[in-house]
Amino acid sequence: MTSQRSAPVAPPPPLLEPMPVPELEPAGTAVRVEPRPSVLKRLVAILGSGAARVFIIVVGLFWLFPTLGLAVASLRTAADNSATGWWTALTAPSQLTLDNYAALLGNERITGSLWNTVLIAVPSTVLVLVLGALGAYALAWLDFRGRDVVFVLAVALTIVPVQVALIPDAAVFRALGIFGDIPAVIAFHVAFGLPFAVFLLRNYFLGLPEDMIEAARADGASEFTVFRRVALPFAWPALGSLALFQFLWVWNDLLVALVFGFNNPPITYAIREQTRAFASNIDVIAPGALVSMAVPLILFFTFQRYFLRSMLDGALK
Amino acid sequence: MDSQLLTALEVVVGVPAVLVGYIWLTERIVTLVPPKWQKRVRPWFWLGPALGFLGFFLIYPTIGTIIRSFQSRNVRNPEWVGLANYKWFFTNDAAVQALLNNALWLVMLTVFTVGLGLVIAVLVDRVRYEAWAKSIIFLPLAISMVAAGVIWKFMYDFRPPGQPQTGTLNAAIGAVGINPVAWLQSPTFGVSTFALIAIMIWMWTGFAMVIISAAVKGIDPELLEAARLDGAGEWQIFRKVTFPLLGPTLAVVSTTMVITSLKTFDIVYTLTNGNYDTEVIANLMIKQMSFNDFGRASAVAVVLLLAIIPVMAFNIRQFRAQESIR
Repeated sequence: MTSQRSAPVAPPPPLLEPMPVPELEPAGTAVRVEPRPSVLKRLVAILGSGAARVFIIVVGLFWLFPTLGLAVASLRTAADNSATGWWTALTAPSQLTLDNYAALLGNERITGSLWNTVLIAVPSTVLVLVLGALGAYALAWLDFRGRDVVFVLAVALTIVPVQVALIPDAAVFRALGIFGDIPAVIAFHVAFGLPFAVFLLRNYFLGLPEDMIEAARADGASEFTVFRRVALPFAWPALGSLALFQFLWVWNDLLVALVFGFNNPPITYAIREQTRAFASNIDVIAPGALVSMAVPLILFFTFQRYFLRSMLDGALK
Repeated sequence: MDSQLLTALEVVVGVPAVLVGYIWLTERIVTLVPPKWQKRVRPWFWLGPALGFLGFFLIYPTIGTIIRSFQSRNVRNPEWVGLANYKWFFTNDAAVQALLNNALWLVMLTVFTVGLGLVIAVLVDRVRYEAWAKSIIFLPLAISMVAAGVIWKFMYDFRPPGQPQTGTLNAAIGAVGINPVAWLQSPTFGVSTFALIAIMIWMWTGFAMVIISAAVKGIDPELLEAARLDGAGEWQIFRKVTFPLLGPTLAVVSTTMVITSLKTFDIVYTLTNGNYDTEVIANLMIKQMSFNDFGRASAVAVVLLLAIIPVMAFNIRQFRAQESIR
């Protein structure tokens, strides 16, 4: 019996649970019966399970609380927010207004930055996926000299933090005439997304049965057809989690945009601009932050399964 | 707005067109090559774009930064200065404080996220609305650190004593008669850094919880049952069976948190920019860069790289070990 089952508050065990079958033992063996837990032990179990519940509820509320505060604050006027705390709106809901959001829609700096974020995040994700998959397939299933060297190189590059490339890349982008613009931000994100993408997808592709590849090749399929019809469908879960991970990575990035994207700043940059140590533009940053969170949250709830996987895989990055 | 429209067009039409065009063209070229050569040529066509991005924007700059870290700040004609930039780093007050703060980040963030994550992962198993609890705790990880910074700015808001407090925390401690604390502008060493670390704990506990929880579920229930039959209490089972089995997972999560704390930047930059004794290495690097001292900025970046390499190498080994089991 687990401590949970012995607690009266726990749901009854499912009907289909197999009944324990008594084993035949040779005559004369002492019958071993699990001793009934003492009253004290059962009390501890009940309290323990109750405590676990209370603990989880408290933690959950505590985790939700800060975001709730911001959500309420985003629905109050700047004057209200600087006069009283957001919780006063709970007893005086007449304070609530959509004015901040209406103003946000008219704020071209913010709407423009949201658009920029999309223009940066989507191509960065597409390029990492396509180029990563092509390279990873070559490393997994095409035989050529130098294959292992390239793979070890890709793995080694996952180590490099972005800071190490910032200064020389500024010179590279300046030479290319894109310093400060969206293509520079994309190029940088793609370069830093690729090592991990190649590493992850190559390992995933290797899980493909060799017979399947050989059979397709024997049927006269071109290598690209094998890649598109056999390898890609097989690697769908890995591609999904990689896409999600890469997209959110770029969507939430501040550092790269700060250095390379100042002419077309994304939303993180725009919000940061409005945040100051003491008197911030509360009426801009509160709804702005919530709007910037909307996309990750929608993705999170839609693709929760991929999301968990991407986190497990992404533990490396 | 026009440049945005142009970029949008480039993105929607340009990127896919270039990708498809590249694949089509290279496949054509491969078929024109004598069959003997096809096998040798194709892999490099497929790897080409990825290697190009890596070479231009990652490998070349990394080497450049390492070289630049031995040169002076002069932008046009940098001179060789040997180890002067590194000497500056390890003797300058702000940098030493950054190192100290990063050490603080490393210990506090790792201990709290892994500890809390472990406790929640073990306990959440016993709660009916498990999925909900997990989602709520995990959510902060999906949002940007800038958004998290804004959220917590409202928690930490400070008004001088006597004025109505608008920050949640100060109002809460005010309700029990404690004077308000300037969480993010504290003159006491450590307070503001802890306030920043708390935000990251809020963000990353869910990550530790999810990964540890997956490992907890992977433990063979018969093992636990056997321990129970032997008369072990729940605490003993956790200490002697569950915990040792979680060892490799805890190692991966811990190293990830160590790397996260070494790289910490967004939160610090957004909320304090290193003021009030909250400087960290990554922020220092950006600061030196904005001062146009590329020599020192490069040295700081190399220090960061050197700090991360051993942890990352360990992490990759663990990851590969896990891959081979899977």
